[in-house]
Amino acid sequence: MSPEHYLILSAALFTIGAIGVMVRRNSIVVFMCIELMLNAGNLALVTFSRTTGTIDGQIMAFFVMAVAAAEVVIGLAIIMAIYRSRRSASVDDANLLKA
Amino acid sequence: MIAELAQTASTGETVAFWILAPLAVGGAIGLVLARSAIHAALMLALTMVTLAVFYIMQSAPFLGFVQIMVYTGAIMMLFLFVLMLFGRDSRDSMFETLRGQRFLAALLGVGLAALLTSGLAHAVTGLTVAGDPAPGQGNVPAIAEELFTTYIFPFEVVSGVLTVAAVGALMFAHVSRRGEARSQKESSRERFAPGNYPGPKPGPGVFATSDSTATPALLPDGTTAAESLSEYVPPRQLTAVEAAPKPTEGREER
Amino acid sequence: MDEVTYAPATGLLSWTWLLIALPAAGAAILLLTGRRSDRWGHWLGVATVGGAFALALAMFSGLSGLDNKTAATDLFTFISVGELDIQASLLLDPLSGVFTLLITGVGFLIHVYAVGYMAEDDDRRKFFAYFNLFVAAMLILVLGGNYFMTFIGWEGVGLASYLLIAFWQAKPSAATAGKKAFLTNRVADVGFLLAMFVMIGAVGSLDFAEVFNGAGELSDGMALALGLLLLAAACGKSGQWPFQTWLPDAMEGPTPVSALIHAATMVTAGVYLIARSNPIFNLNETAQTVVVAIGALTLLFGAIVGCAKDDIKRVLAWSTVSQIGYMFLAVGLGGGAYALGIIHLLAHGFFKAGLFLGSGSVMHAMNDQTDIRRFGGLWRVMPWTYATFAAGWVAIIGLFPFSGYFSKDPIIAAAFAREGWEGWVAGGAALLGAALTAFYMTRLFVLTFHGPKRWTDDVHPHESPAIMTGPLVLLGLGSLAAGGLMATPVAEWLVPVFGEHEEHHGHLTHMQATIATTAVVILGAALAILLFRGGTDEVPRAAAWPVRLARADLGGEAVNRGLFERPGRVAAGASVAVDARGVDGIVNGLSAAVGGTSRRLGRLQTGFVRSYALSILSGAVIVVAALMVVVIQ
Repeated sequence: MSPEHYLILSAALFTIGAIGVMVRRNSIVVFMCIELMLNAGNLALVTFSRTTGTIDGQIMAFFVMAVAAAEVVIGLAIIMAIYRSRRSASVDDANLLKA
Repeated sequence: MIAELAQTASTGETVAFWILAPLAVGGAIGLVLARSAIHAALMLALTMVTLAVFYIMQSAPFLGFVQIMVYTGAIMMLFLFVLMLFGRDSRDSMFETLRGQRFLAALLGVGLAALLTSGLAHAVTGLTVAGDPAPGQGNVPAIAEELFTTYIFPFEVVSGVLTVAAVGALMFAHVSRRGEARSQKESSRERFAPGNYPGPKPGPGVFATSDSTATPALLPDGTTAAESLSEYVPPRQLTAVEAAPKPTEGREER
Repeated sequence: MDEVTYAPATGLLSWTWLLIALPAAGAAILLLTGRRSDRWGHWLGVATVGGAFALALAMFSGLSGLDNKTAATDLFTFISVGELDIQASLLLDPLSGVFTLLITGVGFLIHVYAVGYMAEDDDRRKFFAYFNLFVAAMLILVLGGNYFMTFIGWEGVGLASYLLIAFWQAKPSAATAGKKAFLTNRVADVGFLLAMFVMIGAVGSLDFAEVFNGAGELSDGMALALGLLLLAAACGKSGQWPFQTWLPDAMEGPTPVSALIHAATMVTAGVYLIARSNPIFNLNETAQTVVVAIGALTLLFGAIVGCAKDDIKRVLAWSTVSQIGYMFLAVGLGGGAYALGIIHLLAHGFFKAGLFLGSGSVMHAMNDQTDIRRFGGLWRVMPWTYATFAAGWVAIIGLFPFSGYFSKDPIIAAAFAREGWEGWVAGGAALLGAALTAFYMTRLFVLTFHGPKRWTDDVHPHESPAIMTGPLVLLGLGSLAAGGLMATPVAEWLVPVFGEHEEHHGHLTHMQATIATTAVVILGAALAILLFRGGTDEVPRAAAWPVRLARADLGGEAVNRGLFERPGRVAAGASVAVDARGVDGIVNGLSAAVGGTSRRLGRLQTGFVRSYALSILSGAVIVVAALMVVVIQ
């Protein structure tokens, strides 16, 4: 096997994450699907770092992880705030911005 | 030997890959399809752990451990915390409210996968494993060297982002008190205002006149407390004897 | 045709512009000073016209001393564009000279009369301002040295006529009559404008001398077109068929207005125009025949309707229409008849003005009543008015030796002098017209002044004050004498303008025509006296169809309504519909389309995050696909 398999796996995980974002209604599960997409990107980065022989891919993946952590913190705080005021964690209920 | 290693992946890697890759994909599909949110979170945790193994297999051990510690350990735990607090009871119904959403999502997903795969097949042929990026140095020192020289600026910015995120989350969760705290004088005045009973409220069962769970509790002024009537226990017609107020020791007949 | 040249003015004659400036200044002063000049304004108005008359007399005598009896003054350049050069020029020649005298002389007398007639009106000063404005515009018309100046005067008198007819603006009938007069004139003025354009195109100038000298090179069709266009304009101004409907309605204005404008001067401007343009008309037989036809038709038209009217001023108005028909007949015949037309015009100015002022005097006495059915027996009460009205009466019907005989009979003879069947038709029409004129004028005279008194209870007739009877007397004398005095001298005087012509005899000799005319006139008058000496019913009675038709103006109003008003209304309605449904429809449709599109596009914004995620993903797929396509190529 060659590193291409890792890339195909990364593409598959990314796609599954994207489908999950569109299909699931619980906002926290949607968030988790987004995390999955980020992880798929990380895998691709590490694979390319391996094929090019440089360390930059790993550092980029490292930064992605750090930023994802920050993003999760804020995102969950927002979801909590919404839940407190609306008593619902479904993304479909927050549909006031419609024409 | 290292050069040989560099050309093709070892059989160990192949085996590990072909065992763990289906697990990862399975976890991902489980995340998408699981009814309960907790199950979905656990599936994601599985995928993340397999990804950590992949990182280690691809000679990025530092990243693999960080993945386990930060992602699976911290972030997924955070998710589980919040799920426990809020999202536990919200089970997604199978009924899709938006017309055509599932069909289009599946279509686009398959299309994207096909596109990406074909694109990869076209663009990336004959990928080979390059040599060790940092010969002799080890993974962590190599990362550290790059991180603190070339990427020092993004590093500082990301640390700023983390700090801001933490503070922001704090502010989000903060519930400001409505109005000023009442001083003792004010609460005392409120307690002794006319129409307000200043004494402590009686404990449960103090004024009970019967053993039946259908009997309503009495308030200090003699009226029945509506909250004590359970909706599942139908009120029974009381017999005259039962309905009559019973004297307690030391209490006058009413 | 001899070369037409106009000598430049010298000496006194270079002050021709002063003739116009005096009344114009009077009008300006009276309008600008407003109420402050209420007490003396009318005298100023009288003075300016009087001064103009004195000046005109002096200039007339100065002109008669010249060899080339013309005096042209160039005041300033109006427009000078490329090859077109229009000057503001004035021309004093025999034709404009007699007109000037008529306008200022009769105008002066009528101004004096109006001082008394409008004495009880608060707006008397404004009246005199407009009156002066009229005199100024009319003088521009006759003194203009090119067609452009004449047109300016033409429009000016139209304006003044409108202002004066609708003088009592609060009366709806007066306001409507003023509008009608102005609009009818305006429609006819299109002919004048088109004629001017043709002149500029064909000859390259509007100057009288250049047009007349260059007229010989015009093609036949062009000359005919010019003639017909000028005729159309003249018909509108002079109230000839088919533009006759405005003249009777113009009687809504005060009587001095009817006397000056709609009897003596403005309505004769059409005759002036045709007379002035005689070189053009002489070129084309067809144009002249059309003029003759219009003249003959109108003189009968006016005479027939005049027999059926019961309003004293309306009868005189239709009489004016008819008499101007005689003038058109004369100028259409051409040759020596041009001068005859002008002579009749001058005589008509005197006696028609006198008749109108007399009727004004009667109306004044009868509390502004105009229905002759309620007059009768006034000859004892108003002797002066009676005498002067009688003078006008005998003048108009053409009894020897009074004015009409010397002015109208030669026209009838000239009509018979035309060759072929046209001569019989024209002459016969003129003769019949003379009979009818005698009939209705005698009817008017008898019913007004003789017969039993049929007055309403509120009238106490009395003679008018001296300021009104004075001009009446002067005009009466003029009516009697003018014809005889003027006939030969004026014809000679006008030779420089019209050329020498020999009188030739056609179907009837002069004597035969005269005897025939006198016979029918006496017949008509006698018939009227017989029928009406015992008075008449006090209310209009149902009558036979000719009378009813005549009372309805021989269908003139119906024609206007059907031919112009209804199509105009349909056109207006159609354009409103096109605007409301077409133009507005397009605009509203556009806005509705935009609104509908935006509403439909707005449905994309469902508010659901997942739909947005779907669209984001689809966008990403499209981008990736596009990149693939590019890369794979």
